[in-house]
Amino acid sequence: MLTQDLFEGVTPRGKMLFTAGLGALLLLPEVADSYLISILTLIFWFAYVGQAWNVMMGFAGQLSLGHALYVGLGGYGAAALYMHLGLGPWVGMLVVVPVCALVGMAIGWLGFRFGVRGVHFALLTIACAEFTRVAFDHITALGGSGGLFLPVVGGRGDDLLMLRGSPQLYYYVMLVLALLALALCRIVTRTRLGYFWLALRENPDAAAALGIPLLRVKLLAVGLSAGMTAVGGVFYAFYYNNLFPDQVFAMGRSIEILLGPIVGGIGTVFGPVLGAMILTPLGEGASLLLEALGITLPGTKQVIYGLMLVLIICFRPAGIWPWLAVKAGLVVPPGETDLREKGEAE
Amino acid sequence: MSLSLYAGTLSSGILTGLVYGLAAMGLSVIFGVVRLVNFAHGEMMVLGMFAAVVLAAAWGIDPLLSALPVAALLFVAGYGLQRGLLNRFIDRPDHQQFILLLGIAMILVNGLMMVFGPDARSTNVPYGFDAFFVGGITLDKTRVYAAGGALIVAAALYAFFRFSRTGIAIRACADNQLGAAVVGLDVKGLYAITFGIGSAVVGIAGCLLSLVIDVRPQLAADYTLLSFIIVIVGGLGSMGGALLGGVLIGVSEALAGVLIDPSRKQMVSYGLLILVLLVRPQGLLGKRG
Repeated sequence: MLTQDLFEGVTPRGKMLFTAGLGALLLLPEVADSYLISILTLIFWFAYVGQAWNVMMGFAGQLSLGHALYVGLGGYGAAALYMHLGLGPWVGMLVVVPVCALVGMAIGWLGFRFGVRGVHFALLTIACAEFTRVAFDHITALGGSGGLFLPVVGGRGDDLLMLRGSPQLYYYVMLVLALLALALCRIVTRTRLGYFWLALRENPDAAAALGIPLLRVKLLAVGLSAGMTAVGGVFYAFYYNNLFPDQVFAMGRSIEILLGPIVGGIGTVFGPVLGAMILTPLGEGASLLLEALGITLPGTKQVIYGLMLVLIICFRPAGIWPWLAVKAGLVVPPGETDLREKGEAE
Repeated sequence: MSLSLYAGTLSSGILTGLVYGLAAMGLSVIFGVVRLVNFAHGEMMVLGMFAAVVLAAAWGIDPLLSALPVAALLFVAGYGLQRGLLNRFIDRPDHQQFILLLGIAMILVNGLMMVFGPDARSTNVPYGFDAFFVGGITLDKTRVYAAGGALIVAAALYAFFRFSRTGIAIRACADNQLGAAVVGLDVKGLYAITFGIGSAVVGIAGCLLSLVIDVRPQLAADYTLLSFIIVIVGGLGSMGGALLGGVLIGVSEALAGVLIDPSRKQMVSYGLLILVLLVRPQGLLGKRG
């Protein structure tokens, strides 16, 4: 029943491809080298946080340009609990996820309460993230601008509970997290709340007229999105073992997070995943290509990235997934669902 | 700390703030008319700075003079960008416009990085270390000239929108796009002119600021954010508000640099932005609407 719901609207070909792809990803660490594993872990990470960002913008229509705030708070919070109290990341999450959800809801509440909307709200999110970045530069107990380093304990094998171990461990953990986020978003978009978000995104005034409690619904979107992002931050801290305010809280990180969903297809559940699968290899591929060509000018890779963004937004403004999914026959095109079901019943 | 130090800090903050205000005016003009949030604003400003640096290094042209050709160049670039690309995005959702301008910003700033590298450069004007002494306060000559230039350009911009036929037509588009089209104005053409003017203004601001600071491509994002902060604090669409916001940010940065800690001065600006967004979202001089 549950899996049926999860795959509603997906064609048999789509289901097959998804299963085959997932199977390949599960077996891959047996054959792949560590470089490929690290790239895929990065792809899963961006798919995951992109999914989280998509909850707020794609589902509920609230543009955030400051999601690095939750990555940073989640990462720093869990790292501090680990280093000072010896609490593992999963226990740490029980603390930092609610905290980040509350921080997000507080920012949202302040903004929505005072009628800060659209571009202004986006600027408010940037300002909060940047404010926190500069503040963390000066918190000496957490390393300040010099960075916070998690101790690396080697030679004890994989420890899932403490999230210490080999690249394969991080690969599987991040894969599972990305899958969970995918399933969660798939489920939540079919709940009453999901439909409220849809109404809010498409027409806030009409939604309010229908009696949807806009403020509460918006805050739930921000809270869920921020909490999910915080989990991404915790993983980041334990995977890289270092945290610098200028990296985790930077506006560049907020932008990296939202590029995937926008390129893949904003408001779609699989879009963030596809976006991460396109962008991360694109960046890495560009680096490899430039290296092979012997071009060492700083900035070349970013210029290519920028060009790709401009091209994608000009020619596929709704993202690649909605177009690709119908073209390749992976999902039932919107509007044909009822027909198919009738046909099967006959 | 002596009183004259405060006075000096305050006045240098005001002078720098006027140039910030000019840059923000360019952003405000573009947003007020075209309703586009120019996420490549700081990048255009840094483009102006590098043009000034190149002209100064190659022919020893003073940045105050190179402001004119730079303004012309950026006007043409901005006009072409709006005509060729941005006009097609006018009716698209916010996030699509944002991504487009973000892509353009990345190309601009990293293009500069490829050409000039990440090292800081300066315009090295001969009067770089001279100063005026007014009643015990020391004012850097460069800062005074830059602020004077900013005031002149701001006045010219105000006069253009107040008195010239094109300026009035542009304001008509800003007030009522449909009405402007009905009375026969070429709205998209006027949008292109507006984006050109906004780009030219920020280019000039870049030239002027290159007198005061060392120029690096990495500064671009900071100046984009700074312009946003100023425009929101001062009030979107208000030209006086942009100048006032610029001065306010300039002064608070300068004072925070002396009183608290230079590396924390950004926090003051962001804090000010958060406060204004929450308490008076239309900005200090903006009209509610």
